[in-house]
Formats: sequence, structure tokens, C-alpha cells
Amino acid sequence: MKTRQTARNEQGHAYTYIGNPLPKVDAYAKVTGRALYADDIMLPRMLYGRLLRSPHPHARILSIDIRQALELPGVLAVITGEDLPQKFGILPSSQDEYALAREKVRYVGDPVAAVAALDPDILDEAIRLIKVEYEVLPALMSIDEALAHPDIKINDEARIGNIHKAVSYEFGEVDAGFAQADYVREDWFYYEGNNHAPIEAHACVANWEPMPTDPVGGKLTLWSSTQTPHYVHREVSKVLGLPQSHVRVIAPHVGGGFGGKSDPFSHEICACELSRRTGRPVKITCTREEVFLLHRGRHPVKMWIKTGVKRDGTLTAMHFRSFLDGGAYGSYGIATTYYTGALQTVTYTLPCYKFEGMRLFTNKPPCGPKRGHGTTQPRYAVEVHLDKIAHDLGLDPVEFRRRNLIEPYTHTINGLRITTCALGPCLDQVVARSHWNEFHSAQAMTSLSSNGHVADTAISPPPSHSRGGGGVDEGRGPLRSPSAGLGLPEGNAASIKRGMGIAASSYICGAGKPIYWNDLPHSAVQIRLDRGGGVTVYCGATDIGQGSTSILAYIVAEELGVQPGHIHLETADTTLTPVDLGSYSSRVTFMAGNAAIAAALKLKGQLFEAVSAQLLVPEERLRAENGVIYDEDDPGTSLSFIQAVQLAEARYGALVASGSYAPPEGIHGDYKGAGVGPSPAYSYSACVAQVAVDVETGEVVVEKLWLAHDVGQSINPLLVAGQVEGGAYMGYGEAVMEQQIFRKGRHKIPSLLDYKLPTTLDTPEIETILVEIPDREGPFGGKEAGQGPLNPVIPAIANAVYDAVGVRIDETPITADKLRAEVTPARWAPRPQVMPSEAPSPWPTRLIKWQPEEKGVR
Amino acid sequence: MRELITLHVNGERHELAVLPHHTLLEVLREDLGLTGTKHGCELGECGACTVLIDGLPILSCLTLPIEVQKCEITTIEGLEQQGKLHPLQETFAELGAAQCGYCTPGILLSGAALLREHPQPTREQMKEALAGNLCRCTGYTKIYEAIDAAAERLKTGGGAS
Repeated sequence: MKTRQTARNEQGHAYTYIGNPLPKVDAYAKVTGRALYADDIMLPRMLYGRLLRSPHPHARILSIDIRQALELPGVLAVITGEDLPQKFGILPSSQDEYALAREKVRYVGDPVAAVAALDPDILDEAIRLIKVEYEVLPALMSIDEALAHPDIKINDEARIGNIHKAVSYEFGEVDAGFAQADYVREDWFYYEGNNHAPIEAHACVANWEPMPTDPVGGKLTLWSSTQTPHYVHREVSKVLGLPQSHVRVIAPHVGGGFGGKSDPFSHEICACELSRRTGRPVKITCTREEVFLLHRGRHPVKMWIKTGVKRDGTLTAMHFRSFLDGGAYGSYGIATTYYTGALQTVTYTLPCYKFEGMRLFTNKPPCGPKRGHGTTQPRYAVEVHLDKIAHDLGLDPVEFRRRNLIEPYTHTINGLRITTCALGPCLDQVVARSHWNEFHSAQAMTSLSSNGHVADTAISPPPSHSRGGGGVDEGRGPLRSPSAGLGLPEGNAASIKRGMGIAASSYICGAGKPIYWNDLPHSAVQIRLDRGGGVTVYCGATDIGQGSTSILAYIVAEELGVQPGHIHLETADTTLTPVDLGSYSSRVTFMAGNAAIAAALKLKGQLFEAVSAQLLVPEERLRAENGVIYDEDDPGTSLSFIQAVQLAEARYGALVASGSYAPPEGIHGDYKGAGVGPSPAYSYSACVAQVAVDVETGEVVVEKLWLAHDVGQSINPLLVAGQVEGGAYMGYGEAVMEQQIFRKGRHKIPSLLDYKLPTTLDTPEIETILVEIPDREGPFGGKEAGQGPLNPVIPAIANAVYDAVGVRIDETPITADKLRAEVTPARWAPRPQVMPSEAPSPWPTRLIKWQPEEKGVR
Repeated sequence: MRELITLHVNGERHELAVLPHHTLLEVLREDLGLTGTKHGCELGECGACTVLIDGLPILSCLTLPIEVQKCEITTIEGLEQQGKLHPLQETFAELGAAQCGYCTPGILLSGAALLREHPQPTREQMKEALAGNLCRCTGYTKIYEAIDAAAERLKTGGGAS
């Protein structure tokens, strides 16, 4: 990590806690095994529940016979779709799921029935005894099959055939933009789907407490490993027909989410219903296989891009199309579809931009949001596409990117407001630290004799040319001794080729609009001070390991001048805590952080008023620090925090204050669909990857990743670096190994043995660089770090592979078999290019044309 | 049919009646309430359920209690000695090596076994020792840094065991 200077506020005061590498407030609970996760909760008389899931990718349910299961001793309840007839879904526009399938199943794993029994052994037997009769229907397992068979309708939400959602936008005059270009290039890319694979499988415990005097009949509590207790609360209430006042959802410690625990799930609703029916607590813990089946992971996306550039590298126009493989249900998919197009304008300035996207239903586990939600796939495609353009035109890929960087404090062509942007410094940092220029000059020196894939500055190579020269550059020996020398492919050293690639990206710091559009706060924090000096912070924010609970503690500690360890925290409880919409869209530090500041400032105001009256010191001279409130001009004149609290309580009564946050107005355009993409701020990241490719085996070893991230201001640099490193790791996995594979309608590898994810032996060294230029609206200047840093990693690796061996694999993951087929085509049949998809023509939705009234308004 | 067995866990002796097909993981969690041992797959793939059997890291999800009746079993709850944390526990907390914390107990136990065998482990030895413990949050970077720091603390006499 970069050596950092003490962070200061605008008046030049050094922060006490902000910007310091403090332990997380829950770190000791986690390292001692005391932290309780959903599956660790055991209640008296608790039952165990499990779901029976469909073995067919697409079938009509003819009958379900639960009699034998019900008769099994130890079985207390069996429910089917008839018992939970209310549809639900995370988005108001995609209410297409039943907790248990009715009439049809749409993927292998679609829940059909649920059982509650005394112990898991009985559950196994009971599940076996449920007899379901199916009429098997043809299954559509890919984007192209879904497009080709509109007659086989998977989900009635699809408006045309299996098209769940189609969108079409033109911002500015795209034809005119292309007309100004000196060079235009088109490419197709495919990004494979993958799973979040949090180490904690989804689990929940539901507890219905009957109350005969209440007309509703009782109250329900659900502990669940969820990132979004607020939305689970909403959907559980809806499906069970209970007022929200009678449902309490609590997220205990959550063992990783990465987007995979952001939906309301069948197992949560079934646990609640089984508890209501039996009057006993019910726990459902998903198996690892079920985690792969309930999924909501990265959408497989096929993409086509056409970009116009001037000879000097200035971008003149972009036309982008995405085809998303959505799986069987909606989930967040409509938002994902928009996200594949919305942020292209946020990294580089585009004077005009056309975006067409569509999401298809297929008979696969439903896709949803995974870290980088809908922006990871296009970021990969755009950054590789731009790399190709740079090579085509003989431009330096770094300079090419720098030339087009978005300007801070502008609006994009699609109406998004940009505030701070430190992408330039991020690029500078990764270039300097990776010795990018030295690497490439040495590479050029040693490869003078053979220049296979570096195109001349020809202006019009054929547009279909998307795989480079296809040859292996001989004589590109090792340029620097490998930094670590670890995990190199074995074998003939001459067969190892090294390369470096670069990519840049941007990400939202929280969705500018809530899932249900309304004028309510997105996040709220309540703080209570008690006369013993206790500080309790209540907030709905859900800590999934990113450290959101700790962030609340540091912020309140900084404002009130008490130690973070002093503060009690109550979080992620829909009854006790004020709302926070959830841990998605990288929104929590920005939004809950600002809400916490607002609440703390109110209390600080009351404390200062009381102290000012007591000490006869004007309020503006008072400071709160280290448990003392003192006169800045005469630090000896002071009161302890406890004395101040007692004075204030005597003066005002109980000391409770709340603060809330909603993103500002005017950060997006006024067209339909403008709600996806706006954010109160954007983070920026740049990555350089160094790879070694064995041209004999096709094996890719990523030797090192340098990742610079524009975080505004680290609230805690330790946690920010942890997010950057975790994002780099996850991006690395997606780039070279992680993928869903289906065979005959079934997920072929639903286990952590077969689904390859990076172990210690695989993961490259990661060098993190934090770039800190405080954002005016972020809490203490902070911006997000949870998702953005993943995005540049995949294209940086892809570009590095090309730099090493001169071939492009225009799909993920870049595996040894694909590379070997490309680099030694004589012996191995080359794989086909990413084949174009045949979209209905015209694009099956009305084009929305829009442009900002006044370009570049502030 | 349940069988009577004796387990020695964290220095305590437990007599239990268990179903013979239940794994050590299930018995530790369900029968002994030691929920610090986590399960991520129950198929020996993720390492979250790692415990020490006579000082060696093993996967409790693939172990039957009957097999280990004569052994000393250490879970995460036993790594702390009378309120004093193992140096690895301290450094994992201080250096941000536990994010969601779910893989952490298993990694701490694998790490403790590593430090016993190699008090000053190289990065390669760490990677080898932790190759069976998946972490999805950290990219492993902070975990290595925390092991380095704990090794240093042990060398200078700052820690237990």
C-alpha cells in the first residue's frame, strides 16, 4: 500500500480515526469463533427444513403427492406452491417468482416443495417420499437458443418470445459521430457467467411467535444470511400476507455475499411459512450445490461494439449492444440490462453513444447481481476493444486512454453527473509501479526482428480483424526476472512468453435511485447517548464482511470524539434499526456514512450548546476529541464526554438523534430508464497485469496485478485495501478460470471442487495503490471500494495475454485449451470466433433519443 | 442407533451419544455447540471446517468422531488460551485478514499448525499450508501479512503455544 499522509479535514485538523488502519469492530468476534452466522443460530425446539428442487430444466408439473412424506414420523409440515400463491421478486417490475413452483419448473433447481422435520436425517427421507409427476418440455440453454425459439416460452414476463427486456437509446447524434471518425472498428465479445461462491452457504432461521390477542395471529422473526434485510422484509411480508409491522428480519454476521445474497429467496419464505404452520423455529441451510442453483450470479453476456476514433485517438462515437443470458427468472435482470450500457460514458468522454440491450430468459439458474453488477462484462469488452484500436492505430494504449478520460465535474452524454475523478493519477500510478514503460521498451528491443501482432499505423484494417496477427512472437524472452518466480508454468523456458496489459474503469458509489422509487431516505442512522457515556448507533446497514459496521463506528467516533471501541452498534435489524436499503451498488459507506455524520452532528450540537453554557466558551471554539470536549484556544478548559452528556441530557432530555441520506437531485437525465447509472459519485480504478503464457500448453500464469483505486478518502485504508485486493482476486478468477458449465440442462460443476476458484497457489501477488482526492459529497470525502476495483482486472489480464503471445481470446475465461488452440493452430483446430447473435430487426423496442440540453453543464 | 463415544476437545472431555454416520463437524456444532467451526461445503472442498487433530489440520466434515476418540481435538474456541489470544488471532484482527470471517477459523487453525512446523514460514510455505482453505474475500494478501506478523511476534516471545 502507498505510504499515506495523515488525513485532514478542510480546516486542516488531522482526523483522529478517519484514514487510520484500525481493526474492525467485529474482528475479535470473528477470529475467536464467537461471531454468530445464520446457521450458528440454534433455538429451542427448532426444526430443520429443506426444499425439494426440480430435476428438469423445463417441465410442467402434473401432480405432487406429499402424503407419504407427511406420514413419515418426525415430519411436521410439507408445503407446495398451492400454499404460497403470492408472486414476489426483488424488482417491482419483475414479480415473477413463486416460493415453490406452480404449474411449471424453469431450471434444474427450481424449488417445488418444502419440508420441516425434527432432524436433517428425517428430511432426507421425507424429500425422497415426495412424488412429483412432470411433463418434460424442451429446454433453451443459451442466448442464441432463446432467440431462435420464441415459440418455446419460458417465462410469461417475456414481452416478445423469450426477450425479458429490451432497451434502446441514442445519446447525441451517433451517425454524425461515426462520420467524423478516421477509423471505425467492430468486435464481438462473450463474457461467461459465474457464481459468487461466498464461503458461507445461504442459511436462515425463522421463528413465528403466536399471539392470540393480535388479529394478525402473531409475529415473525427471520435471521438470514442476506445483504438486503429491508427487501427480504418487504417480500416475506407480501408472500405470507403479514403486515410489515409483524415481520422482523435480522442479518446476523454474513459470511460473504458479493451480490449473491441480495435477492429475497424461496428458502427464506419457506422457512417462515413452515414456522408459522408448526409454531416452532425452522432452520434452512442450503447445501453448496443449492448455492450454485439459486445462483443470481454474473450474467453471461454477448456483446457487440463499434467505435469511431480520430487519427489522434479521440473517440468520436460508440455503438454498443448487449445480449444477456438471464436464466429462468427476472431477479435484478432489468437493472442489469441497463447497467451493461449505462456506465460506458463514465470512464471516457463519448460525444455520442448508442446502446441497445436485451435480456433473454433461458432454462438456467436465474442470474442477478455479482460484484460489478452488469458493468463488469461491458468493461471487459470495451477495454479489450479499445486496446485493439490502439494497436490498430499504433497508439500507446496508456496515452490513448489518457486522451479520452472523462473530465471531473461534468455531465456525460447520457446525463450522468460526474464529480471527482482521479483516473489520471490511477493510470500514472500503475504505469509507474509496474515499470510499464521499461517493460515495453525492453520488449520492443528484443522483438525487433518479429513484429507479428503490432499492426502498422494503417488506418483501415478489415473490421472483422479481431484476433490480432494470430502468430506467436518469437524472441520475446523474459524481460524482467519474474517478480516472485512463483507458480510459473513448468517446461521449456523458451516456450514462456510474458506480457503486460492495462485497463481502466469506473463504478457507482451507490445507486442514485432506490429499487422502489420514492422520496424516502436511502439510509438512516440513529444515535443514542446515555448518561453513563454510552454511545449506541442504530443503522440498517448490513455488514457482509466489507466492514460497514466498523465504518459507522469510525465515523461516529470521529464526530463525537470518542473511541470506536466505545461505541455499541445495532445493525441490519428491520425492527430495531432505521432503514438502510442494503449492501448492494457499493452504496453503504457513502450513504450510511453521510447519515451517520448527520446524526452525530445533531448530538454534537446539543453537547456543544450545553458545554458552551457551562464553560462560557463560544461553541465554534469547541472541539470533541479523545473523550474530552475542550476550548481550542485553551485546551485546559474542558469537560469530559460523560460530563457533557449529562449536562446536555439535563438540558434537553433523552439524547437521541437521527440523520438520513438521499442522493441529490439533478444527477441524471429525464428520459425513461435514466434511473440506472446515476450515483452521487463515481470511483475510478486502473489495473496493470503481468502474465506469463506457456505457448506449448496454453497455460496462463498471472504473475502480478497492480491496482490503483480512486477512493476519494479512505475511512480505513486497511479495509479499502482489503476490498481492492478481494476485487482483484475475484476478477482474476473470472478472467482465467471461473465459469458455469451446463450439460443436458444441468449445472455440470455445482461444487467447490469442480467449479474452479483461485486458491492460495493460484492467486497472483496484488499491489494496491490508494489514490485519495476527497469527494465533496462523500463522507469525509470517501467513495466506494467494494466493486469498482474488480472491473479493470479482467481486461488488463486479457490485454496482457495478447501482449505476451499476440492472440486474442475474445471471451472469458481465458483458459489453457482456448489459448493453446489459438497459439498453435497447426496442431489444434482453432476455436470459432465469438459468433454474432441474430437479433430481431429492428431492435424490438422503441428507440429513445436524448441529449443533454446544455452539454457539460455543471 | 446412537453410540457412546468420548471426545477430547480443547482440553475438555465429553461423553456423547452420537449417530455413527454424523461427521465430526456436525457433532462439534450440533452436539457440543462449538459453532466456531464452519461448514462451507460438507464435501471436503473449502476448508472452512478445519480443526486440529493432535496438532494437524484436518477437515472435520470428512472425519467421523469414532475415528478420533483418542485424539486431542482443537477448534477455534481452543486456540485462545484462558482469554489470551494466539498471536495469529491478534494479527488477523489488527491487519484486516478477516473480512466476512467465515473461512477465518479454518485458516487460523491451518496457520497455527504451519507456525508450529515452520516458525518463520516463507510465502511458499504459507501458500502450500493454506492451499486447502478457500477465502473469497481477501485475495489472501492480508492473510499472509498477518501470518508474517504473528511469526514475528512468536519469535520475540509475544505469544502463546
